[in-house]
This record gives sequence, structure tokens and C-alpha cells, in this order.
Amino acid sequence: MLKAVILIGGPQKGTRFRPLSFEVPKPLFPVAGVPMLQHHIEACAKVPGMKEILLLGFYQPNEELNRFLMTVQQELKVSVRYLQEFAALGTAGGIYHFRDQILSGGPSAFFLMNADVCSAFPLLEMLRFHGNHGDAHCGVLLGTTANRTQSLNYGCIVENQQTNEVLHFVEKPSTFVSDIINCGIYLFTPEIFGHIGAVFQRNQQDRLQEEQPQGRQRAEVIHLEQDVFTELAGQQRLRVYKTQHFWSQIKSAGSAIYASRLYLDQYKHTHPERLASSAEGGPKIIGNVYIHPTANIDPTAVLGPNVSIGKGVCIGAGVRVRESIVLHGATLQDHSCVLNSIVGWDSTVGKWARVEGTPSDPNPNDPYAKIDSETLFRDGGLTPSITILGCNVNIPSEVIIRNSIVLPHKDLNRSFKNQIILYTQLQEPDHPLDSASRTRSSSGLSFKNQIIL
Amino acid sequence: MKALILVGGYGTRLRPLTLSVPKPLVEFCNKPILLHQVEALVKAGVNHVVLAVSYMSELLEREMRAQEERLGIKISLSHEKEPLGTAGPLALARELLSDNDEPFFVLNSDVICDFPFEDMLKFHKHHGKEGTIVVTKVEEPSKYGVVVYEGDTGRIHRFVEKPQVFVSNKINAGMYIFTPSVLQRIQLRPTSIEKEIFPVMAEQGHLYAMELQGFWMDIGQPKDFLTGMCMYLQSVRQQAPEKLRTGTGFHGNVLVDPTAVIGQNCSIGPNVTLGAGVVLEDGVRIKRCTVLKGARVRSHSWLESCIVGWSSSVGQWVRMENVTVLGEDVIVNDELYLNGANVLPHKSITDSVPEPRIIM
Repeated sequence: MLKAVILIGGPQKGTRFRPLSFEVPKPLFPVAGVPMLQHHIEACAKVPGMKEILLLGFYQPNEELNRFLMTVQQELKVSVRYLQEFAALGTAGGIYHFRDQILSGGPSAFFLMNADVCSAFPLLEMLRFHGNHGDAHCGVLLGTTANRTQSLNYGCIVENQQTNEVLHFVEKPSTFVSDIINCGIYLFTPEIFGHIGAVFQRNQQDRLQEEQPQGRQRAEVIHLEQDVFTELAGQQRLRVYKTQHFWSQIKSAGSAIYASRLYLDQYKHTHPERLASSAEGGPKIIGNVYIHPTANIDPTAVLGPNVSIGKGVCIGAGVRVRESIVLHGATLQDHSCVLNSIVGWDSTVGKWARVEGTPSDPNPNDPYAKIDSETLFRDGGLTPSITILGCNVNIPSEVIIRNSIVLPHKDLNRSFKNQIILYTQLQEPDHPLDSASRTRSSSGLSFKNQIIL
Repeated sequence: MKALILVGGYGTRLRPLTLSVPKPLVEFCNKPILLHQVEALVKAGVNHVVLAVSYMSELLEREMRAQEERLGIKISLSHEKEPLGTAGPLALARELLSDNDEPFFVLNSDVICDFPFEDMLKFHKHHGKEGTIVVTKVEEPSKYGVVVYEGDTGRIHRFVEKPQVFVSNKINAGMYIFTPSVLQRIQLRPTSIEKEIFPVMAEQGHLYAMELQGFWMDIGQPKDFLTGMCMYLQSVRQQAPEKLRTGTGFHGNVLVDPTAVIGQNCSIGPNVTLGAGVVLEDGVRIKRCTVLKGARVRSHSWLESCIVGWSSSVGQWVRMENVTVLGEDVIVNDELYLNGANVLPHKSITDSVPEPRIIM
């Protein structure tokens, strides 16, 4: 019998996903038409012997999460439960805290995965790989190849080529260690808890011996990568299974569009019913496009490639959407053009308006290139990136919004480029919740210094 | 009567359009710039027009033969082989201009306005001196040379080039009428009429200013070409509104050649000129633009303040703004954004131009 644990984090995590994560917890953000987590859960549900899936995080119980749990259990007929950590306990601290729940029923092994990755989830292959080598090994790490420069942004795995053993593990090294990177998807046996427990005991000892407790770091905070893998490497306890299938982190909004593309492509084999096709009386479809059945789309619109259209979206005549995500309830009016952007829930894009971002895709000529975790600012200006309209943003007709991020509940009145729009013009009536608007600032501020979203 | 039009050379400020066609033949509101002036001159009684050019163009010669026939006048070309400045061309054309004592007009070829040639003649004959300059009021006189003159008689006292403090808000509008005796003042060498000839004439009391009523524009560069178009179309609305196109989908002043084809659900204007054989496909929004002959704008595109060159093709879902100028036969791919792009002829644009620049 098997289980799966998915680490979903909490509100303080995933800040690079703002302003989209203001509305919905990041793990529930729709990627290729379904919540990010659903891709993990669907993959887990396909593994024979999968008894239950546990979501671990420190979000307070909320409506979206509950609704998601209900729906996904109904649709996939698999048990999914949410275990709330009392505080952020790190990537190992959480599972250690809930080890009894995870091990209840006596699973022979369990998968552990991060919510913010996009992957083909080769779980059956990992299982087979694990089965082939019996004995004292307590874990398999899923690894993939990155180029030398980008490998420094990830956990790096040095492998014994013959035995696939993990010889060495370093999280985000400053110099090149290995081009095999950690995917954040693991298969562990119950023995892993013994090793995590050892780290926990050691942390407790250290804290008790300290004269003054340092800061807010609790003894229970344990990081799988830094605290456990680095220890276990070279002790014939961990092995790495390398995959060539697609894999990407989903840290920023831009990577959500890239991840959508990867999943939409996978739908050709796994869920062809989720891909739209050009039909009589329907819009023209180019490439892979997901359209929610309740969306209302004019037949003269042209959608794709890599487009996801959410629930109840209205798309008018002659609209062009490409490489974008349009979230629930949004409206795109006649002749508008949406490229490399995310249009937030219930937003409106006016007639002939152009909403355009700059893609941050990995170099297509390098098979091992990964999407960059972009910094928000570069050379004193906003880095050109995907344009994001937060929820309930209204873009008037005929303007252009380019490389900008618009925070929720905004009515724009002109074109903007390369800006983060927090508040707009003097004439705007005071929004009761927006205390910033009382400081009469000029419209379309350009930010040159770090700004904390 | 005679007129001399200073056409000059390559028209570099109106590139890329002038890379394909000599400036006098570039269509302004669906009629070659030169023809606006020549037709007004003919109406005022001119039967011989001399074009002072520093660069000979077969195209221009051929076109002028055709116009001679059509208008029943004589058109000569006076070709300066070396630069003669703003006065020299008059000396070069001396023979043509002075075969009788009638006054002759001199015009700068970039000027567009409600041409006051009959009034100029009357005014000139009334004061009986050697020269009349048309002046026009501008908002920012210090960018130009201003004219200081007596309000009631029009007698010019002096010229001041780009004054630092306010002296006058009237500038030289580039239209003159002279008595042939003026030609004795000008030698056949590079001469500036403003710096060398006029000041002497003013001193001697031989130069008078007539104030222009109505709009005026020097359309020698794209930005001003479009502004001038707006002014001209407004004047058409006042004088001959039946020439403008109205109806559903048309806003403000719009001039459409009868052979242009317009698709469904377009929104056109204000201030748009569509030339012969132009095609606008469905759902195009276009304002403050000139679209030259044979060009096509494909569906759902949005254009503001642009000039689309002859036979060019603008793709679907394109956004062009901020004085984007496409030369002849330019192709703009679908879904691009052009902001202030200046595109040379026969170019294919495959990437957006988010900030103003020249595309060679």
C-alpha cells in the first residue's frame, strides 16, 4: 500500500506569485485549466495501491481549499486530506510532525512532492526503480538535467553512475557541483523518519544548550534538502532517478504560463478531452488550448497556442489570445488582443485594447534550460515580463498595457508600460480599503527601487 | 501670371516616404502636395508654374507633363545643379519670371493652408512696392524667424531669427509675391533670401507683410504632416463637407477615396484619409492617420497617428501609434506593436518596436 504527501506551503510562501496569490492560494491557481495541485493528485491517483493523498501546509482552513478537496475526491475517487501545520516547519519538519498519520495503515513507501513544481510525474518508473534495488535505501530523489549556469539555482545531486547512489547533495551552491538537479519529487520508505528524527533530536539539544534562544527558528523546523539530504548523501541511503520528461518550477506568474504549455502538451496523451479544437461555429483554435465548457466565445475569435480559458469567460468578436491564461469570469471585448499575459478573475479588457507581456521562457535551443526565476527589477527598471491583471481590473478600450502588473480592483484610464500599478490618478474616488489613495500620487508610478508586494 | 515653387531636393525630413516618391508628389489628403498649391495658383490666374528643383526626377517630369495638359497651363522645371539657397533659384529662373512686369508668386513647397493668392495680389498691388510676405500667427514664435511689421500698413521693419524674448508672434509663412524688379537684387550664387535679400528690402521700405487667415502648416515632416491633415480636413468640413465620408462607423472628419474598400465593424476617424484602392478589413479602428494608395490594413488592428505607405500591408491585431511611418511596400506581421517606428521601404517587420526607432 502506498501514500502520497504534497507540501503546499502557506500564505507567507510563494510571494513571487503575487498579486495572483492574493485571491487564491498558489497551489490552487489554475494551470492548463485545472488547479496546480490537481496535476499532482491525478498522477498519484493513477498509481496502483495508492491509499490516500495528504496535503501538508500552513494555510488556515479556507473555502477554496475545502471546495477543492471535495471536488477532487469526487472526481478522482481517491482519499485526499489536508493536514495543517501549526507553523511553517520546513520541508522535513512537517512530515516529521505528522509521521504517525503518514505511516498509519503501514504503507511500504510514500511519495513526497512540492506543490509548486510542474512535471510529468513519472511515479510508476520511480516505484520500479526503487523496487529493483532493495536493501537499506530509504529514498529515491527524482532528478533532471539542467545547464551548468542554471544548476546553481537548484539542489544539485552528484550521482554514482553505476549504482545511481547519491554521493553528494548541495542546495543552491555558489560554484558548479553537478548538472543533475533535484526536482522536489521523492519516494521514501518509513526509514526516512529515523533520519529526520535524528536531526530533530540534534536541533533540540542545540537549542537547550543555547544561552539565549535565537530568533524565531524553532527546533521543529527541518529542511529536507539542507538538513537531511546533505547528511544522507554518500551513505548509500539515497538514490537518484533521472528523468528526461518535462519538469519546471512554478515560482512566478510567468512560469505558470510556461507550465501551462507543458501540461497542455501532455493532455494530448493523458486528457485529450481537455483540448479544444476548431469546430463549426466555434473560434479558431491554434495549437493546444483549454476552454472551460461554460466559457462563451465568439466564432471570429482566434485562440492559441498555449491558452487556458476559465469558467464563464466571455470572449467577443475578433479577439486574439495567445500564450495566456484568462481566469474565471473575465471578459475580453471585441477586437482586443491578449498576448503573454494573465487576465485576472472578473477583469475586463476593453475593445481594441492590447494587453501584452514579454515571455520569460527558457532558451528553446538548450534542451536543459530551465525557466529563470526572474528578479522583479533589473538595471533600475522593471524587468520585462508577463503582464498580470489582478482580479477585478478594468482595462478601457483602445489602450495598451505592456509588461505591467496591475494590482486587484483597479480601473485603469490610460496606457501603461513597464509599471507596477498600485494606485492611479488624482480624480479616482477614494477606495475605502485603499489607504494609499489618500496620498494623492500621480498616475502610473514607475518604480526604480525594490518594492515589496 | 507666373509662380515659382521652391521644391528643393531630396525631402529628407519626409523619409521614408520620399525614398520612393519625390516630395511634391506625396499625396496629402489624397492629392499630391504640389497639386494643392498649383490648383490654387491656377485659380488665381497663374498660367505658368516654375518648379525649382535641386534633384531631377523623371517621375516628377512625367507627372508635370500630365498636369500641364489637365490644367491647361505651362509647367517648367528649373534645375539647380549646385545648391543655391533660398534666393538663388529665383536668379536661375530669371528669364522665365521676368518676361513681363506682372508680379509673380514664390512658394515654399511644404506649405499647406487656405491659399490666399487672390488676396495677396490685391494687397501687393495696393501698396505698390517690391515684395509681400505672407505671415501667420504661431504659438511658439521663438522656434522660428519672426517678422516685425506695422499693424495698419503691413510695412515690415525687421526680421528676428529665433528671438529669446517675445518680439512678435508672426512668422514667415513661406509664400511671397514679388515685382520682377526684385530679381535685380539677386545674383546667381548661393543666397539666403531671409538673411541677405529681405533685410535690405525692409530697410528700403519695399517689403510688406500680409497676415494669413485660417490654418497653416509646414508638412515637411511626418508629425506635422498629420497635424496639417487634421487642419485641412477641418477646413474641408467647413467649405465642402460633401467630400467627407459620414455614417455608421465614421467619426469626425474622414476622407475616403471612392475606390477604397472598408470591412464590417470598423471604426474610422476622426481625421483619417484613405487613398485609392486602400482596403480596411473587418474590425479595424483607425484615427488620425493617412493610408496611402493600395495599402491594406488587416482585421482587428488599431492605428493612431500613423502614415501607412503605398501598397503596404499591416497584419491582423497589429497596434501602431505615435507617428509610426511605413514606407512603400512594407509588411507588418500579425499581432505586433509599433510605437513610433519609422520603417524604410520594402521591409518586413517581424518583431514589435516598443520604443520609437528607425527600421532599415
